[in-house]
Amino acid sequence: MQHAFDIRRPSRVRARRRRSTAKVLGTIGVYALCIVIALITLVPLLWMISGSFKTAAEISQYPPTFFPSTISLDNYVEVFTTVPFLRFIFNSFFVASTVTIVALLLHAMAAYALARLRFPGRNIMFYAIIATLMIPFSITLIPSFILIRSLGWFDTYWALIIPAIPNAFGIFLLRQFYLGLPDELEDAARIDGDTPAGIFWHIALPLSQPILATLAVFFFLANWNNYLWPLIVTQSPEMRVIQVAIASFAGEHTTAWHLIMTGSTLAALPGLLLYLFLQRYLIEGVKLSGLK
Amino acid sequence: MSTNAPRRQRLSSRNLRERITGYGFLFPDVLGLLVFVVGPIGFAFYISLHSWTALSPMRWIGFANYTRLWSDVRFWDSLQITALYTIIYVPLLLAISLGLAVLVNQRLPFMPVFRAIFFVPVVLSLVVSSLMWRYIFDERIGLLNYLIGLLGIPPQSWLGSVELALPSIIVVSLWIQMGYFMTIFLAGLQDIPREYYEAAMIDGASSSTAFLRITLPLLKPTTLFVLVISLINSFQVFDQVWVMTRGGPASATRVTVIYIYQQAFQHLNLGYASAMAFALFVIILVVSLIQFRLFRTRA
Repeated sequence: MQHAFDIRRPSRVRARRRRSTAKVLGTIGVYALCIVIALITLVPLLWMISGSFKTAAEISQYPPTFFPSTISLDNYVEVFTTVPFLRFIFNSFFVASTVTIVALLLHAMAAYALARLRFPGRNIMFYAIIATLMIPFSITLIPSFILIRSLGWFDTYWALIIPAIPNAFGIFLLRQFYLGLPDELEDAARIDGDTPAGIFWHIALPLSQPILATLAVFFFLANWNNYLWPLIVTQSPEMRVIQVAIASFAGEHTTAWHLIMTGSTLAALPGLLLYLFLQRYLIEGVKLSGLK
Repeated sequence: MSTNAPRRQRLSSRNLRERITGYGFLFPDVLGLLVFVVGPIGFAFYISLHSWTALSPMRWIGFANYTRLWSDVRFWDSLQITALYTIIYVPLLLAISLGLAVLVNQRLPFMPVFRAIFFVPVVLSLVVSSLMWRYIFDERIGLLNYLIGLLGIPPQSWLGSVELALPSIIVVSLWIQMGYFMTIFLAGLQDIPREYYEAAMIDGASSSTAFLRITLPLLKPTTLFVLVISLINSFQVFDQVWVMTRGGPASATRVTVIYIYQQAFQHLNLGYASAMAFALFVIILVVSLIQFRLFRTRA
């Protein structure tokens, strides 16, 4: 009996120890992998930012320097003085915020109608709107361009703003939210004699603030980052948005990396700041977009 | 009767008001969707039946654009490049983003930090990411050639050579997108009850068995979503390619939307470009429907 015990126990201990070393090795592997991927994710970004502080001479020198030898803002001064970069930033900001505000109001209205108001054809409308999510952007590009041109909107803010507003995704998410609202609040207002539009404005809209905030961050960033549509419908430098500006800059001066990286850093800034301060909203927005 | 009539009238006037409000609230968005999303499909087809260039006015030519398309080697080449891009990009994207999600979903310290770091590229525009990678890929001063130089590998022309340009673009696309789809997969993973795994552990299942038998089947809806979205995206890839290579070198990275863009907005062949866009639309539609069908029959 004792003999049997003596044999079994050490082996069991050894097995447990083996298991725990395997576990430790596994954990080390997990962290090593995470660190490598984190480096792959962050180094390009840091490389861009560090490049934006390098002089033209330093950025084209080989081997490259990891940190700029002097931190100077000369590139930033140059970007703002040689091209109307402030105008590009303003254009992007103006377009992205206008689209966001108008789109959210219209989507909230449409979503409220689909979720809480009764009228014939409501469900068909809902499915028709959802079906538009399946339409790829490449088919709408040329017809929208022709329409914009014939409306006389080519190279105007109208061209940048109006076509960016309709979006079934926003309607869908807000409708989901309004479906979950308790009936009691509306009932109380209805008894007080409030109209359906009044109930939307006084009760539903204020209640949807959290989801509107999430969508606002998401929409603003998507529009700030938009490239192809502004590229097609604008022409003059005054109408350029920041993404078109930096891309065309890179096309014209392929070797001016110090300025290209400065412009890119500026273009990346709003997204990075939003992420830094409103991370929760952004990640929530992404998760919601997967809810379809 | 006499007491009932006014009440019914009041009710119906409220109903009427609700209807009017409903249609009124839907009107602006529905109009926008009709004009800029739904209408363009029919309009694109209509334009595709015409010859319409910068110099000549719109002229009906029936299906001539489509017959021209059928024999246009460049169009077939662009489809082939798009298909190649898709075949490499989509499976890698799925594997990497699912892998990342499983990796950072573990209950270990610092995982939220890594999760947050992996998400960062999502907030950058495609243009910024592409420019930053073009700088890294630069043949002469790029970081990548410097790093491989340390390992004794000679410098490569990442975006300038026919063989490397498309793979390089795919790497950038993966870098841009993996954080987004990781987050989608994470949401799916977190919906799976922990008890399932605990039960499997008690039954003596290994963690790889648990992954194959629990995680993958329960992630099916998420995977379908990721698959459909990433396929539609990759069939229409434009920004990265345009910013990094303009479809070059030669035509090695001229994917279909680049070719459509060049025909429509550089050569102003609006009729012919519309025929191409319509053909691509049909291809995307068919592929999406096949996916839904495949997933439904297997479920």
